[in-house]
Amino acid sequence: MEHLRPVAGAPSPDDGASGPDLADLLRRSGRGDEAAFAALYDASAARVYGLAVRVVRDPAQAEEVTQESFLEIWRTAGRFDPARGSALSWLLTITHRKAVDRVRSAEASSRRETTYEQRNQPVAHDATAEAAEASMEARRVRGALANLTEVQREAVSLAYLGGYTHTEVATMLDLPVGTAKTRIRDGMIRLRDALGVGS
Amino acid sequence: MTDVHALSGAYAVDALDDIERAAFERHLAECADCRAEVAELRETAALLAATEAVEPPPALRDRVLADIATVRPLPPPVAPPRSRRRLGNLVAAAAATVVLLGAGLAVWHQPWEEENPTIAESVLTATDAQSTTLELGEATATVTHSDSLGRAVIVTDDMPPPPEGKVYQLWFDVPGEGMVSAGLMPVATDQTVVLEGDATTATGAGITVEPAGGSEEPTTPPVAVFPFDA
Repeated sequence: MEHLRPVAGAPSPDDGASGPDLADLLRRSGRGDEAAFAALYDASAARVYGLAVRVVRDPAQAEEVTQESFLEIWRTAGRFDPARGSALSWLLTITHRKAVDRVRSAEASSRRETTYEQRNQPVAHDATAEAAEASMEARRVRGALANLTEVQREAVSLAYLGGYTHTEVATMLDLPVGTAKTRIRDGMIRLRDALGVGS
Repeated sequence: MTDVHALSGAYAVDALDDIERAAFERHLAECADCRAEVAELRETAALLAATEAVEPPPALRDRVLADIATVRPLPPPVAPPRSRRRLGNLVAAAAATVVLLGAGLAVWHQPWEEENPTIAESVLTATDAQSTTLELGEATATVTHSDSLGRAVIVTDDMPPPPEGKVYQLWFDVPGEGMVSAGLMPVATDQTVVLEGDATTATGAGITVEPAGGSEEPTTPPVAVFPFDA
């Protein structure tokens, strides 16, 4: 199933071993197909929720972020354009933005850092098809991360998984203000190349 | 490679503050290279998320599916007629700002997509639109509000940047409440920004210079005040 992917040649769920075609499920969701949306949820919820937990830390808030994200995804599914990127990237862009909005609002910040370590249970590898797929991907990504410099790896991780701004990242890593954004970009580009995203 | 291109990575992982994001989205609207790079880096970030996959509690699925049963999916965007192209560009830039200022609005809405009509366009073309234009030194700023839409838009031309470490903050003057924040202005000389909040109860709008991040209430005298006619 060869298809054009002008902006990104990321390994997509539909050329993975097992995953359903998220782009097709999104298209059908946009037409009000609730069964397609349920299938979309089943195929992506572990990554959406996992990202939300990683950024906001508090599982209860992560559930709210996940719920809000899926509602947004349902509402706007008709606006997804496969020519601009993969469905998974679209879902996670929405999720990440919501998670970041959540932690940057003053109200949420006081509740951060609660009980992540105790309550966050990594997924059992055979729990679902999605989890199996994610765990294969995760291995590949960890390999690619190992090729980054330590500063790049920390900058990328604090920015994307930590939800911090580049200015905050600069302070956390003792970098001159203005250099963290370069480290983030360099790190992301190196990851992109190592993972074979894009042309 | 200029400075603004270098923000692509931080933008793709949501590591810019609101002001920087506004500036970068204005740039994105004009820079195909950056759009392509952002798209690729978002694909990359999505793979990074795979390392964090966690099965959500089963009850969450029921809540999500119950939610969506009561919500109508939005229609897909429809291409605007050709003649509106130029306005569309203006509006696209404005829309980028709307996304930033309206917390939680449309992440899916990329600034380079033409959307019709946006809030800014609706206000500027409303039949009851009323405008006040002020000369601010070399700059001009026009605030247009529509009571029927309940929104206001500011259009600036040749606006100098705020002092280092400061931002321009927008305000509504609301009787009984005083000055109510209507959001921060992105740093850019020419722009169209929709004020956050309800314009119908306001008797005017204003701009002040505030510390980065904005203030709860004005901490400096306004640099411009735009009275709304009753």
